[in-house]
Amino acid sequence: MTPLIEFKDVYKIYKMGDSNIVRAVDGISMQIEQGEFVAIVGQSGSGKSTCMNIIGCLDVPTQGQYLLAGKDVGMLNDNQLADIRNKMLGFIFQQYNLLPKLTVLENVEVPMLYRGVPKDERFERAKKALERVGLSDKLNHTPSQLSGGQQQRVSIARALAGSPSVILADEPTGALDSRTGRDVLHLLQELHGEGNTIILITHDNSIANTAPRIIRLADGKVVYDGPSGGKGAVVQAEEGEAAVL
Amino acid sequence: MNFYQSFKLAIQSIMKSKVRAFLTMLGIIIGVGAVTVIVGLGNGMKNYITKSFESMGTNLITVDIQGRGTSRTISVDDMYALVEQNPDLLSYVSPTAGVSGTVKIGNKNIKTTRVSGVSEDYMKISSSELTDGRFIQYVDVLRRQQVCVVGSYIAKTYYSGNAVGKTLKINGTAFTVVGVLKEEAKSEKLSSDDVIFIPYTNASKMSWTGTISSFVFSGASPENINKAVITIKEALYKVYGSYDYFSVVSMSEMLDSFMTEINVMVIVLGAIAAISLLVGGIGIMNIMLVSVTERTREIGIRKSLGAKQKDILGQFVIEAATTSALGGIMGILFGFLLCSIGTNIISSLAQETITVVPSFGAVLGAFSVSVGIGIIFGFLPAKKAAKLNPIDALRYD
Repeated sequence: MTPLIEFKDVYKIYKMGDSNIVRAVDGISMQIEQGEFVAIVGQSGSGKSTCMNIIGCLDVPTQGQYLLAGKDVGMLNDNQLADIRNKMLGFIFQQYNLLPKLTVLENVEVPMLYRGVPKDERFERAKKALERVGLSDKLNHTPSQLSGGQQQRVSIARALAGSPSVILADEPTGALDSRTGRDVLHLLQELHGEGNTIILITHDNSIANTAPRIIRLADGKVVYDGPSGGKGAVVQAEEGEAAVL
Repeated sequence: MNFYQSFKLAIQSIMKSKVRAFLTMLGIIIGVGAVTVIVGLGNGMKNYITKSFESMGTNLITVDIQGRGTSRTISVDDMYALVEQNPDLLSYVSPTAGVSGTVKIGNKNIKTTRVSGVSEDYMKISSSELTDGRFIQYVDVLRRQQVCVVGSYIAKTYYSGNAVGKTLKINGTAFTVVGVLKEEAKSEKLSSDDVIFIPYTNASKMSWTGTISSFVFSGASPENINKAVITIKEALYKVYGSYDYFSVVSMSEMLDSFMTEINVMVIVLGAIAAISLLVGGIGIMNIMLVSVTERTREIGIRKSLGAKQKDILGQFVIEAATTSALGGIMGILFGFLLCSIGTNIISSLAQETITVVPSFGAVLGAFSVSVGIGIIFGFLPAKKAAKLNPIDALRYD
């Protein structure tokens, strides 16, 4: 079976000026299967954001192959990438990234709008997704009328409504207090239990431990890839980081 | 993302900042308003001139002879002969001999009134009608009877409508009023109702030279007017041996040249007003560029959710087009307002009523131009928005 996400020796190299070359992603290979819940964890500058941009089809690798459901994304143009983002990916951002002028319901409808889903179906699916995250009574509120945790749940509903292949959560708890943060993580675990593939990007080990599998990055390289359960992951991770440093 | 949704977004965005949108539209409003009122004014003048030509008859041909001394002249009889020889081209002819001087009715001197010597056929040529009495007849012309026909202004103002049988003096010669013409121009001073017609034989006697130098023909049919003009010119050429000593102009030619002059005026003024449309377009482009910068994050979010370049492009172009189309609609309303104000000002300043009417074509044109300006000037900012890199746009604060 083809993995859902496969990195084959992926590099992302930025040229800053003439001589200064930054290897944001420095030869990463990994595979993520359908239905997995993976945390990509690392300090800032470890390349996790670049990694997430590549997985999210917001960016393409300089070198190497990124296969999404067996398809080489590096070959695609802007519009094809937009199409993949629209149909296969659901984003959850640290800053929620809701459109402030639209209502909660309209926000959830946006990805389906670009996909050309008919009005009635759009409404039904958006409503269902909002019910799933427990916001069915807030359909016509604007984002500014909601709390941070509620806004993040709207953005989860938005990611969910398009029934994507992968849900990409970039520091989803970063702007929340610890209690609402835990609620959001719990919701992600539930969604994973329902069969969704979830990739969680974070710098926080305790949050990363929510996921059964952890991929730890440092300086653009994978330093640990394995189960999160127990002490081993963290220790190995720290050793890995130390080794690179 | 279809057109309707983009349009809805555009309206939402415009309603969000009404003052800014209005200021952005102002250039378009003023430009469209100005073009509407200028075209309206042109139309009003055209209608007015067409109407006054129609009241004179559009198949008239006026002949003015400057002459070449006394050796070569054309007589009234020659002109009558011309009509008889060309019945398919010409119907009637009348000499028109202007009399300069003073009209005296009772003890009042009147200087504005136009006095013309004409033949008995003049009434048919000018298609005027009588309300009282009779017109000048052949026998009056032949015998130089001292009779006259007056316009409704003279009859109303100086005879309280009861003019027939009364006398008036033209340069000291007494004339008896035998007829009153039907009102043509509200019986106002200086209008075509402020006239006196006398037999042309009397008029030529009163003038210095004693010759008749102006004639008016009526054409047999409007289609043959140009042919009739050529026939008259050729006949006069035979007498004078040159085209320099006379002019033959048909009313339709004159009308055409007036129309051309008005059209030129409208185009020149309209082009000046259209500069405002250009400035308005640049204003829209400017605001759209600001708006794209302000909404970089929104663009990033939309792109991350799967908006393609054409979706973002469409959104911003439609927003610009909607802004300028709204400006266009307001401009048209503004133009209509100016038109009605203009009509009132003209009526109060001049005796003539010129109704300033914007044409449907001009309104439609102004609206399409304003939409077009929105699309053209909205394109550059929209292209900028569409090309934004989603990663940078998402990080933008």
